[in-house]
Amino acid sequence: MVASVTNLGRSGLYDWVIQRLTAVILALYTLFLVGFVAASPDLQFAQWQGLFAQTWMKVFSLAALMSICGHAWVGMWTISTDYLKNAGVRFLFQLVCAGFLFVYLVWGIDILWSV
Amino acid sequence: MNSIRPKNLDLSTIELPLPAKASIIHRVSGFILFFAVAFMLSALAASLESAESFAGLKAAFDNGLVKFIAWGILSALGYHFVAGIKHLLMDMGIGETKESGRTGAMITLVAGLIVIVLAGVWVW
Ligand code: HEM
Repeated sequence: MVASVTNLGRSGLYDWVIQRLTAVILALYTLFLVGFVAASPDLQFAQWQGLFAQTWMKVFSLAALMSICGHAWVGMWTISTDYLKNAGVRFLFQLVCAGFLFVYLVWGIDILWSV
Repeated sequence: MNSIRPKNLDLSTIELPLPAKASIIHRVSGFILFFAVAFMLSALAASLESAESFAGLKAAFDNGLVKFIAWGILSALGYHFVAGIKHLLMDMGIGETKESGRTGAMITLVAGLIVIVLAGVWVW
């Protein structure tokens, strides 16, 4: 087996499981938010803020945020290894992706915890 | 096998089978979502900061360009979601034959289109 150093789970099987698990969490979070917004036609700030002020919602949102990072890393890694044959270019692309995700994570946590 | 058999890998002349179309759109939508997260987080930040910024975000949606971007993001998410669920079902062994793969791709494309239209109706 070839050891790869840039994929998230160190093996294709782990990556596969990570992408499925995070996909399920993201699907649940998406359904929940769409459902919440759909069920409140005249959504006001107090109600919206009240939702995100609750601890369980912070946990749920953080789980979704971390899932985005894991899911998108595996996804973008797969795309990069499919199309970018030059190792330098591919590594640079992956570096940019990691940068984006790191910013998303810190920024997201900051948003969630300033409520 | 004859190694000099004729080959055609020119994508512009190949008619992709339906499941391949459903799959490549899933990939493209995932790629778009990667960058869309920045917009989603900005919107989330504005929606949660204060009552004023919440109202400001709502007002921003009067702008046609903002509506269009929101619709684009919701469309990418909607299609990626539908195709992702189909992907998970196939991982569980559902719809893996050639015929059911086609049917599944057809359902995915139609359901994706419905979600995209619904998102448009919701935004406008
Ligand atoms: C905002 C969140 C999301 C982002 C940024 C994202 C991004 C991506 C990317 C870049 C890929 C790689 C595409 C490929 O390899 O062809 C991917 C694959 C995948 N996504 Fe997502 N995705 C998101 C949400 C979701 C959701 C909600 C679901 C659940 C239904 C989902 C299900 C999947 C599945 C099952 C795959 C694997 C496809 C494969 O192995 O070919 N994703 N995603």
